Amino acid sequence: MAKNICTIAEQRNGELRKITYETVSEARRLADRTGGSVTTILLGGPGIGSKAAGLGAYGADAVIVAEDEALSKYTTDAYCQVIAALVKEKSPSILIMGASSEGKDLSSRLAAALDAGLAMDCTALDLDDNQNLVATRPMYAGKVFAETKFADGCLQMATTRPNVISVAEPDQSRSAAVEKTPVSLDAGSLKTELLDVMADTSGKADLTEAEIIVSGGRGMKDGENFRILEELADVLGATVGASRSAVDAGWRPHRDQVGQTGKVVTPNLYIACGISGSIQHLAGMASSKVIVAINKDPDAPIFQKADYGIVGDLFDYVPVLTEEFKKIKSE
Amino acid sequence: MDIIVCIKQVPDTETQIKIDSAGTDVVKDDIKWIMNPYDEFGVEEALRLKEKHGGSVTVVSVGPKRATEAIRTALAMGADKGMLLNDQAFENGDSFSAAKALAAAIKTLPHSVIFCGQRAIDDDNATAGAALAHYLGIPQVCVVTKVEVASDGASLTATRPVEGGNLLIRAQLPCVLTTQKGLNEPRYASLPGIMKAKKKPLEEKSAGDLGLDPSTVGAAGSKTRIRKLTPPPTRKAGQIVQGETVEEKSAKLVKLLHDEAKVV
Ligand SMILES: Cc1cc2nc3c(=O)[nH]c(=O)nc-3n(C[C@H](O)[C@H](O)[C@H](O)COP(=O)(O)OP(=O)(O)OC[C@H]3O[C@@H](n4cnc5c(N)ncnc54)[C@H](O)[C@@H]3O)c2cc1C
Repeated sequence: MAKNICTIAEQRNGELRKITYETVSEARRLADRTGGSVTTILLGGPGIGSKAAGLGAYGADAVIVAEDEALSKYTTDAYCQVIAALVKEKSPSILIMGASSEGKDLSSRLAAALDAGLAMDCTALDLDDNQNLVATRPMYAGKVFAETKFADGCLQMATTRPNVISVAEPDQSRSAAVEKTPVSLDAGSLKTELLDVMADTSGKADLTEAEIIVSGGRGMKDGENFRILEELADVLGATVGASRSAVDAGWRPHRDQVGQTGKVVTPNLYIACGISGSIQHLAGMASSKVIVAINKDPDAPIFQKADYGIVGDLFDYVPVLTEEFKKIKSE
Repeated sequence: MDIIVCIKQVPDTETQIKIDSAGTDVVKDDIKWIMNPYDEFGVEEALRLKEKHGGSVTVVSVGPKRATEAIRTALAMGADKGMLLNDQAFENGDSFSAAKALAAAIKTLPHSVIFCGQRAIDDDNATAGAALAHYLGIPQVCVVTKVEVASDGASLTATRPVEGGNLLIRAQLPCVLTTQKGLNEPRYASLPGIMKAKKKPLEEKSAGDLGLDPSTVGAAGSKTRIRKLTPPPTRKAGQIVQGETVEEKSAKLVKLLHDEAKVV
């Protein structure tokens, strides 16, 4: 039997987020093997439906749109209520969404509500001989990878870690059937309310979504010195991260921390400056595609994980590297 | 205010993880066990809320006998009482079946705010808190860095970091909060605290005590299971950029990143 796949789109302020394209692309790849269809569920404020048809180029066969002022911004209660009802109606075999902060919040509650199995924060998805989902996810902070299987007959849900699934080359000849669905929310069940959105005005990508990260550790010696990392980051279009030592010293805010008790990041390039490479730091950044370490201690453990290393004083190298990157960028 | 903190005992962060011979679990002998670091933020915040609003702090854990150590740690920090949900029927479950057991226990306790860590650092699931909230039929605010309970005790506001900013969310009580670093600095258990903890009540409950059908919890009630564990993909040894001067090495590195790695 062909297995149908649903994905949940993620939007912010009416714009689809990159993770939406990642999950649709992955669903298409799997559906091509099951012979099933891909249906994407898209919730948002009035007008969000205009974004739906475009998902066809990435592999969605159909997009179900729920438009309502109350859905313009994500809230757990309202989204869970609407999506759970739609998923029940469509009864797909597999449901894929992003392991973004929204996706983690929603998927856990949704899985409980639908009595589904859930594999969180996956780095790869596959199918077994019976076309059941096999989800691979890091456990123990990436010290081991687990292939997860689902109990017979349950809805198989997986969230995928941002930046690890490749987005398909859009095929403009494909389009998705767009279906608008009426929204009726049970106001009595809405027990949370979004009071305020305090947007970060730095204009930098969030660490979990950044393509390049320049991180500093205790070797930075002072919060002020992060200025040289900011300058390098500006040239590269990168986001600045930090080790826990730098955060605990008060040099950087908590939200910048990379690692086991910080953020798990998956950039194309991670430049670690004055970071020793403790196991808890590696837990957050070891799945970066390319790792560069600058450290004056040739025995620092970070060099075991780094693709490229420079043994030396970061205060000598960072400003010169910034100039070199500027040159190559202007070529 | 009656505050519940759900805690999990997990291997210490330094633990070398070894895969067992069946390839489906990790070797659990000779492991140093700790309270999940995210749960410490929950214990601390519960104690602060109690200090401000009065009430009690109850710590609940699902786990084998050894998990009492983690509960005692929380009691030594200042929690009032503990409850261990210990039954073979609870073993080898996913976080949803753990959440079912927690929900059954918490339903028997007065509760207005319930803390869970935003994820446990062993299975890294980040699911138990929201699932628990669903099973209790109450709201959740996941991954919070600031909490303020309204003076009438009917609601709270919490700050939740997301990509590109922070959300301020109001939730009606009772409510589940999952904790994130930045919420507070957990206190250490003092020596008198450790002495006192030994005398604090610590109950044990089985699935039967909670009226749970064993087939709905633990491995039997789980919708997922591990098929195979593998070591992480190894990174091939990298290269240390050589050269005479800072300029030469820097130029070389940038060229490698551009021409070879193609990331800039
Ligand atoms: C439960 C738990 C959770 C944790 N979670 C995290 C986490 O999420 N993230 C995290 O990062 N850590 C975490 N840690 C802490 C971790 O164990 C390390 O203490 C921390 O990562 C070390 O930070 P660091 O590398 O910046 O500092 P250090 O280990 O002190 O290393 C500093 C490095 O800088 C180099 N250096 C100094 N000066 C210079 C210079 N001028 N030029 C070049 N190099 C220089 C030194 O050679 C050294 O290698 C956690 C620990 C525990 C117990």
